[in-house]
Amino acid sequence: MKTKIFPFLLIIIISIIFVIFYKGLQNSNVYQPQMGKQKNIPIFIAKTFETEEIFKSEDIFEGDKFYLMNIWSSWCVPCKDEHKFLLNLSTQKNLKIVGLNYKDKKNNATNFLNELNNPYDFIFSDTDGTIAIEWGAYGVPESFLLYKNKIIKKIIGPIDQNSLLEIKELIQ
Amino acid sequence: MASLIGYYSLIIGFSISFLIIFFSIKNLSKSKLDNKIIFSVFFQFFFVSLSFLGLVQSFITSDFSNETVFNHSHTTVPTFYKISGAWGNHEGSLLLWLLVLTLFIFLFLLRSNDQPKKYRIFTLLFQQIIIVGFFVFLIKTSSPFNYIFPIPKEGLGLNPILQDPALAIHPPILYLGYVGSSIIFSSALAAVVTNYISSSWARHIKKWILTSWIFLTLGILLGSIWAYYELGWGGFWFWDPVENVSLMPWLALITLLHCTLVLEKKQILTSWVVILSIATFTLSMCGTFLVRSGILNSVHTFANDPERGLFILIFLFILVFLSIFIFLFFYKSEKTTTNSFFWLSKETSILINNWFMMYFLSVVLIGTTYPIFLEVLSSEKISVGPPFYNKLIIPFLVPFLLAMAIGPKLKWIKSELENKLNLILFLIISLLLSTFIIRNLDINFLINTILVTSAFYLFLITLKDFFSKKFKNLSQNLAHFGFSLLILSILFNNFLSTEIITNLKINETYEDGALKINFEGIEQKNEQNFKAIIGKFVIEHNGGQTDIMQPELRIYNQPNIITSEADIKTTLYKDKFMTMNSVQNQEYFNIRYQVKPFMIWIWLSTFLISLSGMIGFFKKRYEN
Repeated sequence: MKTKIFPFLLIIIISIIFVIFYKGLQNSNVYQPQMGKQKNIPIFIAKTFETEEIFKSEDIFEGDKFYLMNIWSSWCVPCKDEHKFLLNLSTQKNLKIVGLNYKDKKNNATNFLNELNNPYDFIFSDTDGTIAIEWGAYGVPESFLLYKNKIIKKIIGPIDQNSLLEIKELIQ
Repeated sequence: MASLIGYYSLIIGFSISFLIIFFSIKNLSKSKLDNKIIFSVFFQFFFVSLSFLGLVQSFITSDFSNETVFNHSHTTVPTFYKISGAWGNHEGSLLLWLLVLTLFIFLFLLRSNDQPKKYRIFTLLFQQIIIVGFFVFLIKTSSPFNYIFPIPKEGLGLNPILQDPALAIHPPILYLGYVGSSIIFSSALAAVVTNYISSSWARHIKKWILTSWIFLTLGILLGSIWAYYELGWGGFWFWDPVENVSLMPWLALITLLHCTLVLEKKQILTSWVVILSIATFTLSMCGTFLVRSGILNSVHTFANDPERGLFILIFLFILVFLSIFIFLFFYKSEKTTTNSFFWLSKETSILINNWFMMYFLSVVLIGTTYPIFLEVLSSEKISVGPPFYNKLIIPFLVPFLLAMAIGPKLKWIKSELENKLNLILFLIISLLLSTFIIRNLDINFLINTILVTSAFYLFLITLKDFFSKKFKNLSQNLAHFGFSLLILSILFNNFLSTEIITNLKINETYEDGALKINFEGIEQKNEQNFKAIIGKFVIEHNGGQTDIMQPELRIYNQPNIITSEADIKTTLYKDKFMTMNSVQNQEYFNIRYQVKPFMIWIWLSTFLISLSGMIGFFKKRYEN
């Protein structure tokens, strides 16, 4: 009896391996990071842009409010394009906009804001770019919509008309 | 022109396969092997070589009407690398594989005159099944002779990291190993079908096992040396899927070798031998599948073409089912000669060795294929790295090393341990020695002492045996000695390696307690197909001595890729290893300086191991 079951089992096992390899062939082997899970926002300590005081992120982001964390820089051309949308959003009462000034010189950044107006309620400096790394940012500009210390929406690249409407919808 | 000859020779070689199969089947009932068969096998080999030479010639003359040449060569590549470029790609390497397949079966027929005719014919038939499979694969999915029109003026170039002497000969040597296992596979199946699993078969096939094992060892060694100095990470083994894939047949082969030693003496372990013979080639093919189909992410993934993957997969499973079928229907188990072993005998120790090897093999196999299974079943992606292998393999090395020291001392059938006192004495010496060494190092004391003790034990015992009067088996002793040396060098290399990673601008100095690195400057050089930027670093050690290191950055023109060439200063005690990398948009360079003790001993000991195989190959018979 034993000898009859053994070949049978062997063939079944090998067939299963075949099927799995076959299926595996169809999967792409390009690694893509998983998105869609809501992650807690990273905690960081940084200098404020104007006064260069040291601030903790916990002190800024309160629990039940919406925040838009926007990574920007004066040398970044697309940041100029998205600026009008940020100004538009700054009129929203239930949204606070926090800027992260990425690898920038203070003078240039100040000129940039003076020229185009300041949409931010609060600005951190990230002179060496480490905070942006902690947030998992791909580049500038990039924006994160936060609620209850979670990232609920990530916008890679400049904010445009579509994402503006989306954000407005989300914070309602 | 050369491509055309190559293509038609390939087709002719393919047709000869059917001729051979036809002749062989007709010959089965006759008493003598027909000379026609040997001639047609020779002609098949001849035409495949012609085809291969045609491809090499197209590469030498940079004939860009050939798609393979266009994709993998360039007029400015040095001639040596034009030639090696012929097998530095998927299509060409498969042609090389086919060449070795036909060469080996030809040699097999020439060298097996003393074997039964029926067995030889069946081996040829099984080998032809494999050869036909590869012909179809080559011609249908990966022809190296595709024509492109209009003819491009320039080729796309050879990947610069392949432009290296070690890597130019790495594939042919490795293939001799992989493909050698196909002969073992065919002949084991033939021996099962003709009921010829016996000690004379074991003696005959042992030469083939040794051949493919020696080449596989050398091939892996070359690949490892290349990875060490070319990839710039300073390691020699990364547990990358493609490395694992070469390690698995290696483990199967070495187990098989030990089993045939037993089979040569006694009619036992026959099912081990048959299954391992099948497994060795299956694992080689499985490796080809994993690497070539792009199912795994690996540094070496050549071609990402599902059609090719599917073909190898189907072919692989046809071979697996065929061999299972043959094994189940034809294999007659041992004629129940005293199947029970006495616990203290050479047979038992070889059986123990087998189980250890099977364990190592399964760890590597699971580590390599588990991510595929997991992804298919749960669409989760993981990658299995060195910690997995280290944790599962290293603890088991301890008993394995001890068994390697004691096992060869035992006699066949039943034995007493002679010189027990000696064995215990050596254990105490190695324990003291390693305690003394490990105590002075800042590492986990217990596990490392045990590890080093067992390695030293094997080292001392085998060393003593070189001088022993009753000295009989040089190749065995050398192999075990080489292995102990390998483990010792890897261990101490691991314990004592130091590394500095820093960013430096020209004329800047890095300083820490023990040394100073001055970045003195860079100079440029123009070579045939790349520009070199050579850094000059002066390293001042606290003791007063200085080294000048000159790592290099190479900017290749076609394809436009930057590679970094490590500067390595090798001595018997340690390697000093430095690489430099440019950082985009920055003035500074990223510098990596490593001191790696006993590096050269890792290479030497592996070479010793394969040397022991060569000695075994030329020795008349295994006596003990």
